[in-house]
Amino acid sequence: MATSVPLATTRAATGIPTARLAMWWVIASEIVIFGGLLATYVMLRLHHDHWAEEASHTSTLAGGFNTFVLLTSSLFAVLAHQAAERGRGVRAARFLWYTIGGGATFMLVKAFEYTNEISHGYTMFRDVFWSYYYTATGLHGLHVLAGMVCMAIVAAGARRGENLHRVELVGIYWHFVDMVWIFLFPLLYIAK
Amino acid sequence: MALTVDAEHTVPARRRGAPASHDGHRGAPAAHGGHHGPTSFWSTYVFSTDHKVIGLQYMFTGMVMALIGGFMAYAFRMQLAFPDQPVPGFGLVTPNVYNSLVTNHGAIMIFWVAMPMLIAGFGNFLIPLMIGCDDMVFPRLNRLSYQLFFVSAIVLLASFVVPGGGFGGAWTSYPPLSSSGTFNHTPWGAPLWLAAVAIEFIAFLLGGINFITTAMNARAPGMRMWDIPMVVWMIVIASILFMASAGPLIAGAIMLLLDQVAGTHFFTPAAGGDPLLWQHLFWFFGHPEVYVVLLPAMGIVAEVITVHARKKLFAYKTILYTTAGTAAFSFVVWAHHQFVAGIDPRMANLFTITTLLISIPIGEMLFCYIATLWGGSIEFKTSMLFGVAFLAEFLLGGVTGIFLGASAVDVYLHDTYFVVAHFHYTFVPIAIIAVFAGIYHWYPKMFGRLMDETLGKIHFWGTIIGFNTIFLPLFVTGAAGDHRRIYSYQHFQQLATDGLQSLRVVATVGMLIMLLAQTAFIVNFVRSLVRGAPAAANPWRANTLEWAAPSPPPHGNFAEMPTVYRGPYEYSVPGRTEDYWPQNVPA
Repeated sequence: MATSVPLATTRAATGIPTARLAMWWVIASEIVIFGGLLATYVMLRLHHDHWAEEASHTSTLAGGFNTFVLLTSSLFAVLAHQAAERGRGVRAARFLWYTIGGGATFMLVKAFEYTNEISHGYTMFRDVFWSYYYTATGLHGLHVLAGMVCMAIVAAGARRGENLHRVELVGIYWHFVDMVWIFLFPLLYIAK
Repeated sequence: MALTVDAEHTVPARRRGAPASHDGHRGAPAAHGGHHGPTSFWSTYVFSTDHKVIGLQYMFTGMVMALIGGFMAYAFRMQLAFPDQPVPGFGLVTPNVYNSLVTNHGAIMIFWVAMPMLIAGFGNFLIPLMIGCDDMVFPRLNRLSYQLFFVSAIVLLASFVVPGGGFGGAWTSYPPLSSSGTFNHTPWGAPLWLAAVAIEFIAFLLGGINFITTAMNARAPGMRMWDIPMVVWMIVIASILFMASAGPLIAGAIMLLLDQVAGTHFFTPAAGGDPLLWQHLFWFFGHPEVYVVLLPAMGIVAEVITVHARKKLFAYKTILYTTAGTAAFSFVVWAHHQFVAGIDPRMANLFTITTLLISIPIGEMLFCYIATLWGGSIEFKTSMLFGVAFLAEFLLGGVTGIFLGASAVDVYLHDTYFVVAHFHYTFVPIAIIAVFAGIYHWYPKMFGRLMDETLGKIHFWGTIIGFNTIFLPLFVTGAAGDHRRIYSYQHFQQLATDGLQSLRVVATVGMLIMLLAQTAFIVNFVRSLVRGAPAAANPWRANTLEWAAPSPPPHGNFAEMPTVYRGPYEYSVPGRTEDYWPQNVPA
């Protein structure tokens, strides 16, 4: 249980800090997971003529509002990164908490959506569209939650002025979560 | 940006109490203070963050799983040779038990033997040593990766004792057979199996990111792209390949799990689902997976044959470009597993062409390896025997793959023992023969002692003779019509002939020979740990950096961090008295 940091961690033969390099590889692995889901969307949609009919029961308004909320939260993530680059940890932490607030709002709206849909009988067992809808948005929601937890941890460090480089890393992840939603929103809420 | 770079440099310097700025300059090895090894048993062998310990943990777990998987093969091959008689040491193999055995034999050998041995085991042990640094870039992530892998093995083993027994829907887990307990009769085993695979994937994604970033960023000063040993390249490319292919299957596993336990119908055609979708998601992963395990095996063999033939690796860059090309190409061949699944015949044509094309780069790599052997002063140590045997046996696997890649032939041979023999002629060389080549080669580095050569040769010949005795007859039974998922051929008049049955008995005898030969390995392995002749730092007179470290390397690996001056394969260089030229020795 070595407490010291190995020499390996401090090297940067590519010139890119190891942590940022690893973050991009994490994103790459996430892209193919959601890529699999998008391929699934295409295959299922091509074989279902009643897909559009089922899809028409999602709330475009709620989805649109959530898109706005999530994109705004990404703006705060960028501002947090900017503050961290200037060494202003407390300010970075505050922006990170705004981002977390955006994520929480998103989840809250999503929870109302789910409740509304389930109470009207649109459960995930009703049709393959709804199975897909709950799986895709659910997996995305888990990523939002995970991002919020990570940002809380990073914000706690940033407030004390520690590990400020992590602000950028968690921001990269948050933008990715955003991007996934940018794909899911038109596919599930608009393409009816 | 300025801040990030700053943080990377100031934090470690403060913690290690050593200036980090020395590192990165050619010819100026960094001071290496403050990186102390652990002390207690638990922190040294169980919860260690040391890459060597984690690598060996992966290997030992893989070996135990290999014994379990081998025992399963013993049980079902005995049933096939001597139908409906109790198998000694196991009991009666009923149809359900048979299904569970073949399913888990396949899954264990690929996910819990080939992957942990080749990628995680050798990758962890070799990468930091061969690129000349003290550990992985994320040591704690590395430890987490092994712990998740260990949990996945436990979950899999637990699935054998739940009601209904272990999953019996074949390792490819095709729905609707896999999606409902009413079809596969293993309502508990199926989700547990799927969960085990998913946890294992997460473990290897974590490990893979670690391997890639370590090889990219933590190389010793002076080590350029073309100075990286081939095995490191291969493990890194395999990790990228795994990362890029596993995602769709993870998404598919989530949906299949929901089908199994929640009651959705992603893959049930009766309720609007699409079973072909699973096959696409599975094989989009499944075919690159073949190369995920093949590449590290090719890498291990490259190291072994160059050292023991005292020759420079033939066409280093060509092999490397070919590898990268093959890896990319492996993403467009997956549907050759689905020629009889009702895909569009035009699509089948397309995939026939791509499948036949991908055999060209692999053939080219084999030729490069043979050219490496050409004119070398070959010394047949046990590791070299296994290395050369890999080339010979894998060739057979590759050539029979050409038959199966052609959709017209595949329609006839699909799901017969011809296919079983074919992929065992690829996977056994990969996961067994190449792994043994690696173990015999690096054992002195791992444990500081030499293995016994006589026992090694007994082990080698037992393994090779046993292996060929199993699978050569199966090409014949397969072409004669033996379907691969039948627990007793006595129920099929045309297949219950004496001629075919005697071939099945021959295959089972081969299996017994192969299993028996492994006792020579186990005895050799354990005995050499205690009584083997102590190994010098560089017993094979090899060039790569791991041999510059003491045997076994201490925590932190090198007394003085090495600097690299040349490529890894400078053997028999004209004009030098020594026939090798280590990478870290100044000119």
